Amino acid sequence: MKKVNYRELVEIGRSYWGFLAIVGFFILLGLGAAYYMESNGHHVTGMSNQVVWGTPHVFAVFLIVAASGILNVASIGSVFRKGPYKPLARMSGLFAIALLVGGLAVLVLDLGRPDRLIVAMTHYNFKSIFAWNIFLYTGFMVIVAIYLWTMMDPVVNRFKAYAGFFAFLWRLILTTGTGLIFGFLISRDAYGTAIMAPMFIASSFSFGMAIFLLALFAIMRSTGRPLGDVLVRRLKNVLGIFIGGAFYFVVAYHLMNLYATSHHDVERFILLDGGVYTRIFWIGQILLGTFVPLAMLYHPTLGRSRGAIATASVLVVLGGLAQMYVIIIGGQVFPIPLFRGMEVSSSFFDGVVAHYAPSLPEVLLGFSGMALAVALSVVAMRVLRFVPESLADEVVDPHAAAAVAAETAGEEETGAAEAA
Amino acid sequence: MTTTSILSHALRRWVWAGLLALLVPGLAAAATPLPKIPKPRAKFSATQDCVQPIPEMRRNHMKYILHHRDETMHQGIRTTRYSLKACINCHVQKDPKTGEYPSIETKDHFCNSCHSYAAVHIDCFQCHSTRPVEYKGYHPLARR
Amino acid sequence: MEKEADTARRRFLARATGAIAGMVVAPGVILQQVARAKPADEPVTSAQRWGMLIDTNKCQKGCDACVQGCVKENNIRSHYGPATDSQWIRKVEVRDRNSGHSFSLPMMCQHCAHPPCADVCPTGASFRRADGIVLVDRHICIGCRYCMMACPYKARSFVHEDIGPEEHVPWVPRGKGTVEACTLCVQRVDRDGANAVPACAEACAADGHDAFVFGDLNDPNSRISQELAKHGATEIRADLGLDLGIRYRGI
Repeated sequence: MKKVNYRELVEIGRSYWGFLAIVGFFILLGLGAAYYMESNGHHVTGMSNQVVWGTPHVFAVFLIVAASGILNVASIGSVFRKGPYKPLARMSGLFAIALLVGGLAVLVLDLGRPDRLIVAMTHYNFKSIFAWNIFLYTGFMVIVAIYLWTMMDPVVNRFKAYAGFFAFLWRLILTTGTGLIFGFLISRDAYGTAIMAPMFIASSFSFGMAIFLLALFAIMRSTGRPLGDVLVRRLKNVLGIFIGGAFYFVVAYHLMNLYATSHHDVERFILLDGGVYTRIFWIGQILLGTFVPLAMLYHPTLGRSRGAIATASVLVVLGGLAQMYVIIIGGQVFPIPLFRGMEVSSSFFDGVVAHYAPSLPEVLLGFSGMALAVALSVVAMRVLRFVPESLADEVVDPHAAAAVAAETAGEEETGAAEAA
Repeated sequence: MTTTSILSHALRRWVWAGLLALLVPGLAAAATPLPKIPKPRAKFSATQDCVQPIPEMRRNHMKYILHHRDETMHQGIRTTRYSLKACINCHVQKDPKTGEYPSIETKDHFCNSCHSYAAVHIDCFQCHSTRPVEYKGYHPLARR
Repeated sequence: MEKEADTARRRFLARATGAIAGMVVAPGVILQQVARAKPADEPVTSAQRWGMLIDTNKCQKGCDACVQGCVKENNIRSHYGPATDSQWIRKVEVRDRNSGHSFSLPMMCQHCAHPPCADVCPTGASFRRADGIVLVDRHICIGCRYCMMACPYKARSFVHEDIGPEEHVPWVPRGKGTVEACTLCVQRVDRDGANAVPACAEACAADGHDAFVFGDLNDPNSRISQELAKHGATEIRADLGLDLGIRYRGI
């Protein structure tokens, strides 16, 4: 492999600031939404005593899961020693931190008392998985920052492998912690199973890779830096595998619930007669978020088109949001089983599917988390050397580049022979 | 510039700074009248005005309240000496003219009279009662 | 005619006997219980475990006296409708799909010995007092609502709106952005000990149903312990093994 040169994003001129302004506008909208929600109280949102975690949590959990997943690109290079991924490691680490900050910002701004964040930092209940996560999240940022440092500073470069391995280990624990926020809840039928931990890990792989591909396309295109097909093809193939892996855990989760009679009601709700939740599951998560991108990525011609790969990645992101919506909101609107097998009714929506509709401030807050992640990344890439000057085939993987060249030449020859 | 001139320059600057330091609080005090703190209902004892001597209370009332808060909340200790409820019961009195308790938004409220002056924001009253309210809810058997 | 007079006489005799028995026994009982109330400067201990026994056979369908008692005691008002209003106690109607058998019961914080809300609370704001009462320390509640996700009884409410000064009462501090639930009328328990009667129970008794028994589950001589020993009772979702402070009879 040739030596990879990294350079700040200096190519983009005025449009850089324009882009930053747009992103900043979304952040401001989110802050305004948070202020509106906090000063009025949560009654102005779609949330209620039935659905206590709303759209902000959908975005926040998605971003946190994606944050750990996007670090995989670096891990594949360092822990699994795949050379072509190594030039991507810096970006991967940066995006991981940025997405996590974006997700946490949404989570914090949706608290009933965000002014008491200091309390969350000074009072701990160590039986709470939430408290563990506070350490897992802050620890993740520190460890990935150290990992970036070992990558970018020649003085500490020799510790890179250790830092990379530790970061990989930490991210697995982190996503386990995120999955278990739901996995540990024995109160609701949609949760309370340890499979949510590996399910979230598998999903994180696919969300992270999809977001990475989108970011990579956008950065290389806007800077005019070369991006070779060898790398793109490897990344999109891995994305396909990750989508399949995530799907496997979704299937396993639902099969388990379908087997346990006590969980039939919640399964019927999600899979059959849950109305909007059933539609979001089948159309959003399964069809558009899983099967369509899989088909596009492995299609003989579409699979080579960057437009199609980008579209598939967007679909994976949307499918991921759909999945979070079904898990978080769908799991809450379905009534708590106070008396199994009995009809239950009360003034407090017992026994009935609760109503939830996302409100504008919630959605704005969610988007602002994404915007914050983008803004942090874009600013960091402008001032520090995260992005390689070239990701052309001969830089990333000279052997594969030669093979591709030969293959193309061979195809041309056969084509010529057939024509003759 | 010689060493002496530098020294004298520095000295002059310090003198000016010292004069300003003396002057500014005086000016501020002249501009902002001291808070009129409403009178409590009663003295704590014949020899003491409040539950601790007043200078101590002015400086450290929050520490007493905070300590008592955690004891009450987590251990069910319901002594009244340092409870916020008792502070309010004694320090917040009806306005003799209107017959109403002062609003926490105004400087007639004991807590706010000083907190607005000191510009120290407190959030006690987002949850706690700002005025004495008599508890009528005890079971007749338990009434003493 | 004669029969009517007979029943009236019997009723009179029964009441008179009851009243006399009450006059004879009550002072002793009350003295004993008053003696047991904890001095204000002592912390609560695990010597007591407060709980309630609710007899659903006495609980009337459509009656919400207990709810009204709670609302009055804790000064809980409606703001923006049932979806976001706090409900510390609610009436739940239950009907067996197969047999059609139905019953009605009040549902509130079950004051678990192993409360899931306290387990998941990141700051320790949800906690179980030594005497078994599960509370929210709103001073350190950050409003994350994880406890509401974790509670198997949907016993908790989030304060979705500002609570104004005119709505605050000194014995129940409540405020926007924090989570709240039944406190077992802790202000009464701390003052009256075993003699306390939570507002729901008081209202139920005042309405003539008397479905609630409050008392010390650790004291074998308390009325609640004796009734539990004699008749037994059910914990809702006993499969979760949370060891509830609220027990029900007749379900």
